[in-house]
Amino acid sequence: MSASHESHHPLTLSGELRLETGVIINKCYQCGKCSAGCPVAEEMDYPPSLVMRMLQTDDPKHYEKLLRSMSIWLCVSCEMCLTRCPMEIDIPTIMDNLRQKSYKAKKTNPQAKKIIAFHKSFLDSINITGRLYEMGLIVDYKMRTGAMMQDVLIAPKMFVKGKLNPVPEFIKGRKKVAAIFNRVQKDNKEGK
Amino acid sequence: MIKVGFYPGCSMKGGAQEYQESVSALAKVFDIELVEVPDWNCCGATAAHNMNKELSLSLPARIMALAEKEGITDIVVPCAACYNRLSLVKHELAEDPSLSSKVASIIDLKYEGTTQILNIIQFIDKYITDRLEEKVVKPFDYKSACYYGCLLVRPHSILKFDRVEDPQSMDVLVKKAGGNAIDWAFKTECCGAGMSVSRTDTVARLSGNIMKDAVDRDAEVVVVACPMCHSNLDMRRPEINKFLDKKIDIPILYISQVLGLAVGIDAKTLGLNRHMTEVNLPVRPAKEPAIAAVPEKEVITQKTEA
Repeated sequence: MSASHESHHPLTLSGELRLETGVIINKCYQCGKCSAGCPVAEEMDYPPSLVMRMLQTDDPKHYEKLLRSMSIWLCVSCEMCLTRCPMEIDIPTIMDNLRQKSYKAKKTNPQAKKIIAFHKSFLDSINITGRLYEMGLIVDYKMRTGAMMQDVLIAPKMFVKGKLNPVPEFIKGRKKVAAIFNRVQKDNKEGK
Repeated sequence: MIKVGFYPGCSMKGGAQEYQESVSALAKVFDIELVEVPDWNCCGATAAHNMNKELSLSLPARIMALAEKEGITDIVVPCAACYNRLSLVKHELAEDPSLSSKVASIIDLKYEGTTQILNIIQFIDKYITDRLEEKVVKPFDYKSACYYGCLLVRPHSILKFDRVEDPQSMDVLVKKAGGNAIDWAFKTECCGAGMSVSRTDTVARLSGNIMKDAVDRDAEVVVVACPMCHSNLDMRRPEINKFLDKKIDIPILYISQVLGLAVGIDAKTLGLNRHMTEVNLPVRPAKEPAIAAVPEKEVITQKTEA
């Protein structure tokens, strides 16, 4: 993570990615199996094989487009692309890397707002209690997105079925978990 | 009594309580005590690895470090998503000693990476399968579509578990429980995973395609090994049915519930009442002794299948 992704850096973009993730983008020969197998490719602005091609060009314009794309947030990390890639290119790791950079650089696609809100609510819950508190997550998510009415009809049934805990479980070491969050966020400050 | 380390994960304490109930009940029948990793935290799931790499390494590392401290050698991780995260982090830290020591300092615990991470099927195969068939009292005589999803089998290079496109391990277990594991095409297609809340339409489409193939091939039940897959196929059923414009009402059962029913554990102990899609499996007459007349219909079915 020592390389910076600022412009005027001597490393090429794909070289930088290789340094950070160990993934060699140039191995891709555009067979398209990743895009064919990707469950969300049809919803993406750039399907996985095109993401690979754009990164291969080392063109900052393409790179910028990817950081601002929906593709990186739509990726569900199902690992199908990696599984079917004849060159075993770890595309999911590239997607993680691009998401983290997009977020850090405040370049996230506006349409990804809900997806990112969900991640943030999820992490906040862990930060506070040490675990995921589902009811807290949903309330926090609704506050962030304004989707107040979403899923209100299934909540009572879930409650009856014992699927919603009304009270969170606080682990004893929650301060230690919070300390982990503090340490990792020092060099990865949240973008927005 | 055999003692085995246990990481339930957050889902099993909340929305997927029936998974924990059925895993515990099954373990009890086979004289296994599940010992929870003390004061475990969330593995960080998709949110952590999407947003912050160091966090996504540190949260699972803390869990494994706590288990090591307790002297736990095997950790059963029934949630496929947690299993995937723990396994991937263990692998990445083993590959990179300097990253490993950095993570150890972030979590402020000694981490050696010595614990064995077992998914639910590996756990059953290691501790239960040998004794399973002798304990079956109520064969689970239903056409079952075993759904493995993504995170149990991928990425194969790290998990090295089962076949990646057409896995068999759960099918074998269902057959041992007296079931009929059907051949179908969506065993490892993605259900939409963590998008359930933030992109429900995507989940309805992906999970809908899975359910459609299962019922097109006459499945009476879908068997899963992941709380996330379960909630998408079960809780999102109204959205799935709306997407498909048909009414699919077959239940989604955890593999631990299927085996539990087969060894005679009652439905309530296994938490079958907690599913959002009601579990109304047709009652099958007990198998008659060989002399008794076999109903004609059953003979025909067997012939067609053979």
